[in-house]
Parts: sequence; C-alpha cells; structure tokens
Amino acid sequence: MIAPDKKEMVNITLNGIEVEVPNGINAVEAAALHGKEVPHYCYHPKLSVAGNCRMCLVEMGTPMRDRASGEPILDEDGAQKIGWVPKPVIGCATNITPGMHLRTESDLVNECREGIMEFLLVNHPLDCPICDQAGECRLQEFATDYGRGYSRYIERKNVKPKRTRLGPRVTLDDERCILCSRCIRFSQEVAKDDVLGFVDRGSFSTLTCFPGKELANNYSLNTVDICPVGALTSTDFRFKMRVWFLKESKSVCTESSSGCNTLVSSREGVIQRITPRRNDLVNDTWMTDSGRELYKLVKSDSRIRRPSFQGSDLPLDDAISQAFETLRNKKIGVVASCHSTLEEQFLIKRLVEKTGAKVFIRGHFGEDDGILLSADRTPNLRGALVTELTTHYPSDHLNELNDSISDGHIEALLVIGENLQESGVNEDNLKKVSLVFLGTHQNSTSDGADVVLPGLTVFEKSGSLINRSFFLQSFEQAIPGPAGLMTDFKILARLNNLFSEDSSAPSELDEIWKALSTTETSVLKGITFLKIKKGAIQLDGSKWEDLSFVEKEALHHLPAGVTAS
Amino acid sequence: MPPPTFELIMAKTVVLERKPLSFSERTYLPQIATGLKTTFSNMFKPKVTLQYPEEKPVIPNNYRGVPTLVKDPNGREKCVSCQLCEFVCPPKAIRITPGSVPEDQDDREHVEKAPQEFEINMLRCIYCGYCQEVCPEEAIFLQDEYSSSGFTREEMINNKEKLYELGGTLPDRHYKWDKKKEAETDGNTH
Repeated sequence: MIAPDKKEMVNITLNGIEVEVPNGINAVEAAALHGKEVPHYCYHPKLSVAGNCRMCLVEMGTPMRDRASGEPILDEDGAQKIGWVPKPVIGCATNITPGMHLRTESDLVNECREGIMEFLLVNHPLDCPICDQAGECRLQEFATDYGRGYSRYIERKNVKPKRTRLGPRVTLDDERCILCSRCIRFSQEVAKDDVLGFVDRGSFSTLTCFPGKELANNYSLNTVDICPVGALTSTDFRFKMRVWFLKESKSVCTESSSGCNTLVSSREGVIQRITPRRNDLVNDTWMTDSGRELYKLVKSDSRIRRPSFQGSDLPLDDAISQAFETLRNKKIGVVASCHSTLEEQFLIKRLVEKTGAKVFIRGHFGEDDGILLSADRTPNLRGALVTELTTHYPSDHLNELNDSISDGHIEALLVIGENLQESGVNEDNLKKVSLVFLGTHQNSTSDGADVVLPGLTVFEKSGSLINRSFFLQSFEQAIPGPAGLMTDFKILARLNNLFSEDSSAPSELDEIWKALSTTETSVLKGITFLKIKKGAIQLDGSKWEDLSFVEKEALHHLPAGVTAS
Repeated sequence: MPPPTFELIMAKTVVLERKPLSFSERTYLPQIATGLKTTFSNMFKPKVTLQYPEEKPVIPNNYRGVPTLVKDPNGREKCVSCQLCEFVCPPKAIRITPGSVPEDQDDREHVEKAPQEFEINMLRCIYCGYCQEVCPEEAIFLQDEYSSSGFTREEMINNKEKLYELGGTLPDRHYKWDKKKEAETDGNTH
C-alpha cells in the first residue's frame, strides 16, 4: 500500500459533523484534533500500533456505492447512504480515508468501553492509595468515565508478584499490568534493546525480561512514562511523592547537545523527578535515564553554596568586588563554558570585549548512542558559536591556555565551571595566575581559586540553549536557588559593569535578548525570549557548516552534509 | 438651603410617668426572698458542676478530638502514606514523609508502603475531621482526646510515635493484609 500523504487534508464526518483532518492519520488522532477523546491504552503516537487493549473501539462507516456500476447508493432523501461496519472497529488501527464516517460517542461505543473497563478491572488490585501512578493513571481516569462503580466479580482475584525487579531502575508491579505491550514495543522500536516479553496465558499473562537479560538500557525509564497504569514504576521515584503535589516546570535536559525537552517536577523547592516533555522535532516523548538523574546535582555535597575569597566566606556583593580587584589591570584569560546558557555566554563575550581578554573554551565529548545521548556532552556548544565566543570548534583540552600561561600572556583567569587540571593545564602554571571561579560545583580548580562565586544549576535559573540541530530552546526556573545567591547572568552583568563604568550591561533576560536580537548579522535577529518560550526556534546553522561537529545521525538529527538513510 | 433645625433631626422624646414604689417594694424583702428561694432549691438538686481537670466529661462517640493514627488488632500500622489527608487538610497541618517497607519483614507481609514520618501540627489543626473522612485505609481518627498543651511550638507538633500512642488500636472491619496473605496462600497464584 502506498502511504498516504499526511499533509493532504480530507473531509470526514465525526459524530455527524463534517470536519477536516490530515489524510491517513488514525481515528484516535483525528478525533483528538477535534476535541473528542477516544480512550486508549495500548496506542501510543510514537510507537507501532498493536491494537490489543480494545479500549479505542469506535463505529466506522463509508459512503455506499453500487458494486457493479460504482454509482453512489442514495437513500430516500437523496443523500448518499452510509455503510456502517456492523461491529465497532479499533480507532488506533483505522486510518482515515476521504469521506469516512466515525462515531465516537454513540451508545454502542460507550457500551464497548464499559465492557472493556469491567474486564480490565477484574483482576486489578485496586491499590490506588499506594500506587505511584494514582493521579496520572489512565485506568483511574477511564474507570471514572466508563466504570460501573462496583464489581460483579465474586471470584478471588489473581495474585501476582508485587515488586519484580526488571532492571536497575525499573520495578514491576505485576498485578497492575493491563498487558498493553507499550513497554515491549518501546524496547524493540526505540531503545533497540529487545528484552521484554509476555509469558504465561490468559489472566496469568505476565510481563517479564527474557532469561538472563534485564531492562538496563539508558532508556528504560521511558517505559515507566508510557505505562498507562502503575505497573512499571521508577525505583528512584517509587513511593516518594504523590503526583498531585508536584509543580511541573518546563525545562531542557543539559546532559548532551540533544536538548531533550523535560518537565521538572518539584514540591516546595525540592525536585522529585524529571520526565520527558513531548516535542516532535527534538525528542518525541523520550529522554535518557542518565538525564533524569541530573537533579541530584542540586543537593550534592560538592555544591558551592557560599561565595568565598581565599578560603573564607563573604557576602556575594563583596565577592564580586574582590573578583574585580583580582582581575583588574592584568592580562586576563576567560575560560568560558559550553554549559553556560546563551544569555550567560553573551555577557561573557561582552566582558571579553570590554577587557580585551583572551577566550578559551573546552568541549566535553563521549560516545554517541544514535538516539538522544549525543557525542557532545555539553548542552550549548552551538551557543558559544552563535555568541561568537569561539570561531573554531572546541577541542576537549585547554593546552592552548597552558601554553599562554607558560609564555606569560595570562596573569589572571576567570573560569566558568571548568576543571582546568583535568583539561591539561599544569598545576604549577595555575599557581602563577590569580583565579576567579564561577560555578555550581567544587572541583580542584575551585579549590585553588582566589575568589569563588557560586552559580546556579539549570533547575534554579532561566535561560536558553541551542541544541545539536540548531534548535533554540528555553527553560524555566523550577526551584529557588540556595539562599543569598544570584543567577549567573546577574553576576556576569555586575562584573561587566565594574569593568566598564561608562555603559551598563543588560541584567534581565529581556534586556539581554534585546541586545542579542538587534545585531544585524546574528542568526538571532528578531527573536525575543517570549518567542522562545512559546516553542523551539530553528536557527540557520549554515554559517558553521564547515566545522566538524561530533554528533552522529540520531533521532531527529541529521548532521550537515549527511542525507537521511 | 438653611441647615435643618435640631427639632427636625431628633425624634420626639416621650417622657413616661414612673409610678412611685409601694411600701413592700421599698423594704426589698419580697425580692430577697424570691432570690433565696432559687438558691435554696438548687442546694437540693443534683450537682452539675464538673471538677475539671480532676473530673473529666464523658465524650460522645462522634466527638472530633485530636487526630490520631491507629493500628489494626494485629499491631500493624494501617496508614500507607497515601497523603490524601495531607492533600485535603484545609489548614495544611499534616506533613507526611512516605517510605517503603522492606520485603523481608515477617510481621508486615504484603505491606509495601508506610509513613516514614507523620506530623500533625496541632497549632494549625482545626479539628474538621476531613482527614478521617478521606482516609481510604481507615487509619486516622479524631478520637476523644481534646486537650493538648505544650510550652513550645515544637511540642505541639505530634510526630508519628505520638500519634500512634494517642491512637492505640481500634477494631478492624477489613484485615486488609491478612486478606492479601490468604489470597496468596490459597488463592490464584500461578
């Protein structure tokens, strides 16, 4: 069959009303486009259609034509007769054809849903009070809509294992499983790690790992997200907090340059979990397990919580003045970071221009898994290119800086978060220069720094990042930072002001963006922060086509010069 | 326009004529006698004054006293830290830290989740009883304890230990964990 062009719009009749939908999408999506929810469990927009939960049954019909002549068959009123399929069909596997008729709200459809719900609940343990899914559970929601409210089942319910370990991060509660097979399809199709399957028969069917295997891949927690019930639970989040207490903030994963869209859930300033946010251009509905653990950095022991000058704590204002004193009237080097937000990089660039400092920047690289963990392990390397902090592609060392210090070209250093000792800078060389460190976590460089300015983690500030496909995305603050600290770009703006008393640096996001978007030659021209907040913006990356970016072809990413395979 | 005169603003005053007191009224004796009659009649009626705090009143069954946590007759805690009471509590007096129960505890078979810490701030509590009403496990009850006092604010926060001490054991209609065990041993395990 030739796949229909999904951009072509066709007319269908949905519950008696003629509506326009893209050709070839399925009935569940078509109904959703027009505000009619077709309940479903096994169907997931980013996975293949299995059609085994039967919850999305709808009535379907097509206009009748005479088989011999092909003439439309008309009823008494002269309208074309509709040939309704005698039994309901599953919406997820019914693709739209022009002129199709659908009923998603008829008595028959409702009866089907009620029947399916009753069967699904026959062996359900009803342990909502202790179930982590409660509050975001499709079974709960549809039981409210289509459940009968009491059970006709007088037999004893099946007993199944309640805490099976499927892998290091996933725990299975077998009794809650409704056998929708989403997790199995995810493992096969997206994670490409086929480890899950059903064993046993009938109501004893059980989800299990194949012998000798476990669900240990870096995408295993996505199975927890797509589980429509509470069967697959995250071992980390298990029994931690009920979901209705959580405040969700839109964020972007900073693990690598793939820039997964995320939701950071927190309660009273404590992050409880990170889940992916759907973005069909970047990460679909997935993210890595390793990216979900980044929130632990907020409370880590090595976090810098206080500004300090030569080992003793002092107020932030004084620390900033000390930083200025340390750097002024010297040959300055600035070690910028690809972890900084675009706004911070802009202010670093401004500082560099005002002081005539030399910029060094380091990349961090690792294995590319071809999905959402890219080889570039920094979230904003392209930001450094766009803000012109660097024109060449950063390498994973700072040997150049080491040489500059040896030659005496650098007397003072402003380091943004980087560990210089691990980047190939000689310990003896570092002793020659005075050091100002701005970062979130302690490392051997911050330990030896004269002035330490504490920064905020990505969860405690707002800003924007540019991902591997040159998508400009913004993230918002999820939790407040430690008491008495300032967001990084404000510290940088203060430093800017100290170095150039004649002009004041922008110190609010909109002001920074006003400055960023007015540069005539910049790819950021005409963009406001408000615009990025509304959705990812595709930037023109053709200017940097010649650089050898390390990212491989991956989910929604095609390196420049590579055609889709 | 000239301002209204005084007569126009004030209502008319009616002066009532007061009768002079009679002789008996002027002696005050009949009034004293009537008063003493009430006094002496109460001397022979049953006493209603309660010698609080030595003597405590009888608390009716549906009284809403201090919220407490109860255990089932097997001595197991019933609360599974679903946090519904925390959610419903209008003055936000309840604070729960959920915790999971390790699998290998013989006396707590089939119990998966229990509160690690359970605090009710009695300075905030308004004794509305929503927590008791919302509890799906019948674990929290407003019982007959009505007076709580302390010298510091911290003392007025009842922690889990205190709540179980106040709550004690109530008769159970369900024996949830026993039922689960029964279902496993002779039920439909595969």
